[in-house]
Amino acid sequence: MQSLILGAAAGGINTGDIAFQLVSFIILLVLLRKYAWGPLMGIMKERQSHINSEIDAAEQSRQEAKTYLETQVEELKKAREEAKAIIDNAKKQGEAQGEAIIKASRDEAERVKEAALAEIESEKEKAVATLRQEVAALSVKIASKVIAKELDESSQEKLINEYLQEVGESR
Amino acid sequence: MEHGAVTKDFIGLTFNLSNVLMITVSSVIVFLIAVLATRSMSMRPGGMQNFLEWVVDFVKGIIGSTMDWHTGGRFLALGLTLIMYIFVANMLGLPFAVVVDHNLWWKSPTADPTITLTLAVMVVALSHYYGVRMKGFKEYGAEFFKPMKFLFPLKIIEEFANTLTLGLRLYGNIFAGEMLLALLAGLGTSGIFQGVFALLPMMVWQGFSIFVGAIQAFIFTMLTMVYLAHKVSHDH
Repeated sequence: MQSLILGAAAGGINTGDIAFQLVSFIILLVLLRKYAWGPLMGIMKERQSHINSEIDAAEQSRQEAKTYLETQVEELKKAREEAKAIIDNAKKQGEAQGEAIIKASRDEAERVKEAALAEIESEKEKAVATLRQEVAALSVKIASKVIAKELDESSQEKLINEYLQEVGESR
Repeated sequence: MEHGAVTKDFIGLTFNLSNVLMITVSSVIVFLIAVLATRSMSMRPGGMQNFLEWVVDFVKGIIGSTMDWHTGGRFLALGLTLIMYIFVANMLGLPFAVVVDHNLWWKSPTADPTITLTLAVMVVALSHYYGVRMKGFKEYGAEFFKPMKFLFPLKIIEEFANTLTLGLRLYGNIFAGEMLLALLAGLGTSGIFQGVFALLPMMVWQGFSIFVGAIQAFIFTMLTMVYLAHKVSHDH
């Protein structure tokens, strides 16, 4: 037991063990640093920077999306306002046009009525004039007929004489 | 219970061949785990890569809790290698122990104080090295006389105490775990009745040893970072 606790069966210190442990540990350290820890650290660092850049990119795209959304909302609002303005305009224009049409047709109707009344009036006057002429001619005819029937030889003579006398007196 | 070890003298140094074997096995296992897990890496981690990244984050947490990342980042590879090496080393002795001719061959390398103290001395030496390198020799030396000058001897003792506790804590925990496992295994193999009797405590103790092995790996790494932070930070 004593020899085991001291770790040296033959007594004394195992100087070779010390040297071997030291050398093997240093060799292990160097080899691992070159073949294991180095590449592992590299990939861990790479992943870290990758994640970093991904987070940055995500943040940036989120910002961009936000900006886009804001512009879109703005655009939508503008478009809505424009549409409203166009509709209002159209409504107003339509109303005005309707009114104009109604006014034009009313004027036209008035004008047609006026023209018709004027024609009626002139036709009436023409008819009255014609009637008057007709009456005058007819009355002359009737008168002449009446006169022709009543005038005999003696009264004709008497009438001629009266005219002649009248003519002579006036001279 | 008393197992010996095969030792061999080579270029003036004494090698415990069991330790040499287990250190090599631990190192190879850690290397294979780490390298195989990082062979096919992708931005979306899965399987082993995920596990290893979790370990990296865990060690980063340990470092981050003791010093700021700007100074602590350079110790990440050290912390990762330490925690994985010690954890694997702690686990190796749990499933079985191999004894050949009363010589213990397969065990946790961290169940030997030589190994744990070597790691502890290495860590403390590193802390002094980085202390001098990052703060300059003057500021590093001034640390030993703070907050009061007469505490200097205590500061010196503290360094050795740190080293000893760091190494022996790990050794004690793992060695005790393996010792009890060996005792239970000895009990279990001495008869059918004893085998049935020893099965339950064996399983319980193995589970507990896994827990202890993980905790000790964590504590060793944590204290490493605490000592390093104590030496390299300017705010003391």
